[in-house]
Amino acid sequence: MEKFTTLTGIAAPMPLVNIDTDMIIPKQFLKTIERSGLGKNLFDEMRYTQDGAEIPDFVLNQPAYRKSQIIIAGDNFGCGSSREHAPWALLDFGIRCVISTSFADIFFNNCFKNGILPVVLPQEAVDHLMDDARKGENARVTVDLDSQTVTASDGKSFRFEVDAFKKHCLLNGLDDIGLTMEKASAIDAYEAKTAATRPWA
Amino acid sequence: MTAPRTLYDKIWDDHVVHQAEDGTCLLYIDRHLVHEVTSPQAFEGLRMTGRKVRAPEKTIAVPDHNVPTTLDRANAATMTEDSRIQVAALDKNAKDFGINYYPVSDVRQGIVHIVGPEQGWTLPGMTVVCGDSHTATHGAFGSLAHGIGTSEVEHVLATQTLIQRKAKNMKVEITGSLRPGVTAKDITLSVIGETGTAGGTGYVIEYCGQAIRELSMEGRMTVCNMAIEGGARAGLIAPDEKTFAYCMGRPHAPKGAKWEAALAYWKTLYTDEGAHFDKVVTIRGEDIAPVVTWGTSPEDVLPITGVVPSPSEFSGGKVDAVKRSLDYMGLTPGQKLSEIAIDTVFIGSCTNGRIEDLRAAAAILKGKKIAVKRAMVVPGSGLVRAQAEEEGLAQIFLDAGFEWRLAGCSMCLAMNPDQLAPGERCAATSNRNFEGRQGRGGRTHLMSPAMAAAAAITGHLTDVRTLMGEMV
Repeated sequence: MEKFTTLTGIAAPMPLVNIDTDMIIPKQFLKTIERSGLGKNLFDEMRYTQDGAEIPDFVLNQPAYRKSQIIIAGDNFGCGSSREHAPWALLDFGIRCVISTSFADIFFNNCFKNGILPVVLPQEAVDHLMDDARKGENARVTVDLDSQTVTASDGKSFRFEVDAFKKHCLLNGLDDIGLTMEKASAIDAYEAKTAATRPWA
Repeated sequence: MTAPRTLYDKIWDDHVVHQAEDGTCLLYIDRHLVHEVTSPQAFEGLRMTGRKVRAPEKTIAVPDHNVPTTLDRANAATMTEDSRIQVAALDKNAKDFGINYYPVSDVRQGIVHIVGPEQGWTLPGMTVVCGDSHTATHGAFGSLAHGIGTSEVEHVLATQTLIQRKAKNMKVEITGSLRPGVTAKDITLSVIGETGTAGGTGYVIEYCGQAIRELSMEGRMTVCNMAIEGGARAGLIAPDEKTFAYCMGRPHAPKGAKWEAALAYWKTLYTDEGAHFDKVVTIRGEDIAPVVTWGTSPEDVLPITGVVPSPSEFSGGKVDAVKRSLDYMGLTPGQKLSEIAIDTVFIGSCTNGRIEDLRAAAAILKGKKIAVKRAMVVPGSGLVRAQAEEEGLAQIFLDAGFEWRLAGCSMCLAMNPDQLAPGERCAATSNRNFEGRQGRGGRTHLMSPAMAAAAAITGHLTDVRTLMGEMV
């Protein structure tokens, strides 16, 4: 997994609430057996007509936002299906950070496994960043994971909270399967114990 | 004396393998369910790192999302090439890694969340995960069950554990009894209507109260299935005699002395008197009406007696979301819900594809004909299908003009050929009414099987109680 330390990039405003993972990557693109290549289909049905032509109004089709690396989103981003294809598609497009007032649980976890930082901020902060993002490509937002801050183009800075373990893994690009396997003896001991206490399980 | 604990606290405590100083836990997973869509990259990850499946005997796979449900599906030509590759990959992964498997040709094949309980893999007090958000279904047994992403699927395959932080406790109590014509689906949709799709975020919900106790296991699975639609990590219902009776004799349920030991343990799985809940929602069972969704979020719920709302009735970001929804759904504020014409009816899915659901729909359809363009029943498993045929339900559906399909996820998410055309309006017993969910431009109204059957015979959204001869 690629590390996440600091990021300065274009932020795309997506104020719609409840953007679900079906919107982020529709089901017809889940038939892949690979992780890569989904960026071209990110937000497919909002981004293209049925014939495959770009819908000019859609934010990521607008010249200022075609190279966005950050999304400022409405409440409850990533709700619905558990499909990790959603963060894979975001990452493949180039999005490394999503900022919202709230995220759905499974999507939130999936982001951290893929080097994407989901940032939760209060409504006023998201509103400020949304307005900033609407200024277009000159409005660069900076996200610093180590200091846990997001800074708008006008210099206004917001501090966010992040789970210490998830932060550590993201800052260092760690594969958590490897970390868990270091605890194999604890798993062995747990299995030995439950073989006696819950033998049916 | 230990402090009083919730059901969630108890299951959690019994599965902690390791707890770090910052509270991050390694949680043991008793059952790992796997389907073809969210697993190929996880198995590929194991191959690339030379890792094995740690507990293949606790890992159960079944293809369900992609598989055609038409009767000719044994002919591989009915599948698109990419679907065929994905199912073939699961066949191969199940064989290579030695996990339990129900291939498409097996009568026990079906939707993973229907097969797990049916085969006795899901049991009270267990932790159950699957790369699928509707894993919440299994919470009906008093097991801690939730969806995970593909990276976590790989983590569970390799280590039989998950890295987790504990969620908060939320109680949803449904007091009293339901009125006639009101079902488990109406409970679960009404709860989401009340709390919103993010109301449960950060929580595990325990559903309780008389109306929940009075539900069958099938109904309880319907309620827990949609806990995820309310944003919760999981939904739980404490096991009771109905749970034990359902589990007894299932192929993978314990037998003999092990059954007795399990039963003794399962009877300790309830929330202690005085245990703390961080959030409590109480709804009177008698206040719940048959409901339908009108928008593109499961929280867009109203009793069938209502009218399409106006964006001005909402606040914040929801105003624009409702405008967008009404435009997508082709609806006008003030329009009576019961006057919305329906093109298609879909009965099935992990929410409502069990035998009780088919019985409820068939009871409304018996002796009637459909007044919609097409209607299909997709049983949740091959065994549900067989039982429905034995009970004569299949004939009722066929006589009414329904298609009688083979088991799979089908039009719930439309990954197989069962899809809506743009603008096509569907009365569906599934769980998501998102834009494009059942096919690009398709319009979905969620409801119970009885309500979907009522819409099928009138051609528009209909209060099922008016067909039951009951005064409203």
